Amino acid sequence: MKDNCICVLMVCCVCNTPLHGLDFFVFLCFSDVNSNSVAQKIYVEVNNTVPCVRLLNATHQIGCQSSISGDTGVIHVLESEADLEWPLTKGPNPPYMILLESHLFTRSIMMKIKKESSRIAGVTVVVPNTSPSEFSPHTTCPNENTGVYSDTYGPHLAHCNTTVWNPLGNGLSYEEFDFPVFSLKEDKQCYYDHNRVVNGSAPQYPLCAMQLFSHMFAVTDTATCMRRNDVINFSINPEMVCDPLGDFNVWGSIRPYNRSQLGHRDNESVVMAAARLDSRAFFWDVSTGAEGSISGFVTLLAAAHALRDVTQVAPPTHNILFAFFQGEAFDYIGSSRMVYDMQNGKFVIDLDNVHSLLEIGQVKRLVDNFQSSATGANFSLVEPGVSQPLPPSSLQRFLRAQNIPGIVLADHRAAFNNKYYESYYDNADNLNLRYPPNMTAEEQLEFLTDTAMALTEVATVVARALYKQAGGDGTQVDNIKADSKTVTQMLFGFLVQANNSWFQALIPPELKDMLSDPPDFYVGVASSSPAKAKPLTRLVQFLLANLTGTATNLTQDQCQKPDDLPDESVQMYSYLWVQGTVPHNGTEKGPFCVRASVRLSQALSPAFDLGEYASRNYSTWTESRWKFIKARIFLVASRDLEMLTLGVGVAVLFSSLLVTYFISTKADVLFSSAREPASAAY
Amino acid sequence: MTAAVFFGCAFIAFGPAFSLFIFTIAKDPLRVIILIAGAFFWLVSLLLSSLVWFIAMKATNAQDLNLQKGLLIFGCMFSVILQEVFRFGYYRLLRKANEGLAAISEEESSPISVREMAYVAGLGFGIMSGAFSMINTLSDSLGPGTVGMFGDSQYYFITSALMTLALTLLHTFWGVVFFDGCERKRWWVIVAVLCLHLVVSGLSLLNPLYVGSVPPVYVIMLLMAVWAFFSSGGSLHNLSLLWTCRKSNAETSS
Repeated sequence: MKDNCICVLMVCCVCNTPLHGLDFFVFLCFSDVNSNSVAQKIYVEVNNTVPCVRLLNATHQIGCQSSISGDTGVIHVLESEADLEWPLTKGPNPPYMILLESHLFTRSIMMKIKKESSRIAGVTVVVPNTSPSEFSPHTTCPNENTGVYSDTYGPHLAHCNTTVWNPLGNGLSYEEFDFPVFSLKEDKQCYYDHNRVVNGSAPQYPLCAMQLFSHMFAVTDTATCMRRNDVINFSINPEMVCDPLGDFNVWGSIRPYNRSQLGHRDNESVVMAAARLDSRAFFWDVSTGAEGSISGFVTLLAAAHALRDVTQVAPPTHNILFAFFQGEAFDYIGSSRMVYDMQNGKFVIDLDNVHSLLEIGQVKRLVDNFQSSATGANFSLVEPGVSQPLPPSSLQRFLRAQNIPGIVLADHRAAFNNKYYESYYDNADNLNLRYPPNMTAEEQLEFLTDTAMALTEVATVVARALYKQAGGDGTQVDNIKADSKTVTQMLFGFLVQANNSWFQALIPPELKDMLSDPPDFYVGVASSSPAKAKPLTRLVQFLLANLTGTATNLTQDQCQKPDDLPDESVQMYSYLWVQGTVPHNGTEKGPFCVRASVRLSQALSPAFDLGEYASRNYSTWTESRWKFIKARIFLVASRDLEMLTLGVGVAVLFSSLLVTYFISTKADVLFSSAREPASAAY
Repeated sequence: MTAAVFFGCAFIAFGPAFSLFIFTIAKDPLRVIILIAGAFFWLVSLLLSSLVWFIAMKATNAQDLNLQKGLLIFGCMFSVILQEVFRFGYYRLLRKANEGLAAISEEESSPISVREMAYVAGLGFGIMSGAFSMINTLSDSLGPGTVGMFGDSQYYFITSALMTLALTLLHTFWGVVFFDGCERKRWWVIVAVLCLHLVVSGLSLLNPLYVGSVPPVYVIMLLMAVWAFFSSGGSLHNLSLLWTCRKSNAETSS
C-alpha cells in the first residue's frame, strides 16, 4: 500500500492518516475510522471511464494517446464553440482539460483542439442521456480500400465517387489525437466551485483539475508494432505491444458438412446467406450497432429458424449456408478470412461451390408504418440501376475473389438511412424499440414490438427467397413464416437486457456470466481458441444452434463424447449442452443436448497468417495494449505556493545547518556549567 | 502536489533533525547507538499503544462515531503516557549502561555524560516521531494534486511539515529536561513534561483546524527550548560570554 510505506508495525498502520502532533496514526474523521489516508483527501477516482484507444493499420495509427504518467489539466467546461478561445489562447492556467457536452463533440471543435494541443491536456465528453439529431464518427466511405471497387475495377464507383454511403460521417473515429479523450458521467460540481470564469477574470487557485491515464504502447502502424511484438523473445521484460483485431465467424447449414473434408466438394452448390455481427464507436467497447448490424443478423437468425421445419419436410436442391461475420467494420476481417479459407481449401466448401449469396444489410426501415393488422409483405423490393455500386458489404469480398451472383438487402437506395452509423447512439432508441411503461423485464421480453413485427416480415421474405433460390418446392413456400416472438425476444436480449430467461435457456449453465449488460459489439482482439470467443459470438452460435438444430435425448456425458454412439458424429454436427427452459408451471424441462450443424470459424485477417503486415488487400487492424486506464479529479495549487514551500524548506535547512554548526562549535562556552550531578543511586 | 512541495516539506520537517544529526551525532558512534536505541524505544511504545487502541476499536461497534472518537482521544492520551513511560525506562537503561561504560573505559569516567545521553535520546525519539508523522504525507505530496477537495485547508502539507519540525525539537527538549529532572529527583519536572506533551497532542485533536494549531505549538517549543537550555547548563552569563568572545575575537583579528 502506497500510504504506509514505513509501516513495519502493521498494527498502528491499519489506521492511518497523520494528525500532525498526534503521536500515532488515526484519522479523526466523521465518516469512517478505517482506511483513510492523505490520498483520499486529495483525489477523487472517477468510475466507469470509457477511453478512446489507439488502433493501427498498415499505414496509420488512429485514436488517442496520453503520456505515460497521465495528463493533468485544469478543468474547463465548454459552453459553446466560441468559448474555445479561453482554453486555447486566453486562459492563464494551461494546460486545460476540456469538458464537452455531447452536442459539442463535433469535428470542427475537435480539430481546433487538435491544432492547439500544447495547451490542452485532454478532452472528456459527458455521457449523454438523449441522442443528438445525427452523429456518425465513421468515415463517409466505409471500407473503401478493401471492397471490390478499386482503381482497376470500376474506378468510377470506387472511393464513393458515385454514391457517398455515409454522408453524415465526420471521420472522428479515424483521426489521431495525441491527447486522451474519455467519456465520463457528468460531474461538474468541482468546476462550478473552483473554476468559474467571472467577468473574464481568471479564477483563483486552488483550481479543479483532472488527470487522465490512457497510455498506449503501440505506435506508428501495424508493421512496427508486430515487429516489436516479435522482439519480446529476446528482451528482459517481454511485453506485447499490440494485438490483431478479430474473433470468430459463426456459420451453420441446413445439411451438415463433414468438417474433416475441406476444400472443393464435387457437385455441391450452396446458397449462402450472410450478415455482419459487429459494429464500433468512437470510444472503446461501447458500440451497439442496432440499425447497423443487429437488425441484419437478427433477421437472418429468424429466417434460419423459419427454414428449419420446411427443410426437414421438403429439402431444397441446394444446401443453404448461413454465415455471420465478425469484424466487418474493420475492413471485412471475417468475410475476407472466409474467402481466403475457401480459396486455399481450408473451409468445408470453396468458392466454386457457392451458388449465390444473399446478404442482409441495414434493414430497419424496410417496413415503415407497419400495420399490425395487415398480412403479407408490406414492402416491395426495388433494384437500383447498374450505375449504383454495392454498399459496403461482405459480398464485396466474395466478388473480389470470384464472380458470384449476389444480392444485398438494404433499406437505403443510395446513402444510408442510418443517422448514427457506427456510433454510440445506434441503440435501441434508434430502432424505435418501445415498450409500454410499467412492464417487468420478463413481460418486456415477451412483448411484440412494432420493430419486431417489421423485422419478422423481412425475415419471412428472406427465408422464402432463400428457399426458392435453393430450388425448394414451390408449394411449400407459403408455409415459411418467421416467428415474431423469437424476433422480439432476440431484439430485447441484444438491445435491452441480455440476462433474461430466454437467453439463459439457450446457453450452458456455466456460461451464465457471459450475459453481462450491456452486451458489446466491438470485435475486440483475436483469441486463439473458440472457447474464448466474444460473448456476442458465442451467443449467436448458441442461438443459431437452438434455432436450426434439434434437441436430442443425449445425457451430458454423451453430449460431450457423442462419437461413442452409433448415430452421432462430431465431424458432422456440433453437440451443445444447454440449460433449457424452466417453465413456471413447474414441469422442469432441464438441460438437454442440442445437435446442430453450427460451427465457429476463425475470423482473423489473412494478413497476420501471411505475415504481410503492410498488406493492401487484407485488413491489418490491430489494437494497442495498455497498462491501466483511469481518471481522477483533484485540486491543484498555484505555482507560487509550491515555490514558496520549496523556498521556505531550503531556508529552514540552511539556517538550521548554520545554527547547529555555530552552537556545536561553541558548545563548550554555552554549556560550560555542565557539572555532573552527584550520581544518584539508581 | 509536486516535487517542489515534496522537497520543501521534507526540508522543513527534517532539516533541523538532519543538521543536528550531522554536526553533533554522526561523528560519535556511541551517540549514534544511543540515538537509534532511543528511536527504537519510541517505536515500541507506539506499537503497544496502537495495539491497545486497535483492539479497543475492533472490539466495539465501528458504526458508533462518537464512541470511535472517544476511543481515539483515549488512544491518543494513552499513547502519550506510554511514550513518557518508555522515556523513563530508557533513562533507567542508559543509567545502567553508563556504569558499564565507565567500567570498561580507559579513563575513570564514562565517555559520555548523562546530559549528552539525554539530548541524544530526546533526538532519537523526535526523529522517529517525525518520520512517522511525515513520511505518509510526503509520499502523497509528490502527486499532482493538493488537499482541499473536501474542504480542508490547502496549506495542509506545509502545516504538517511545520508541526513535524516542532515535534522533533520538542522531543529533544523534553528528553533533556526529563533526564535532568530524573537525575535531580525533581518529579514535578516529569509531570510537567507529561502535561505539555498531552497539550501538544491534544492540539492536534482540534483538526481540521490545521493552520490554527501551529502557533501554540511553536510557543510551547520556544518555552521548552529556553527551559532545556537552562537545565543543560546554559545561563545568561554564558550567552554574554559568547557575545563578548566573538566581539573580542573580532577585535583581536581586526
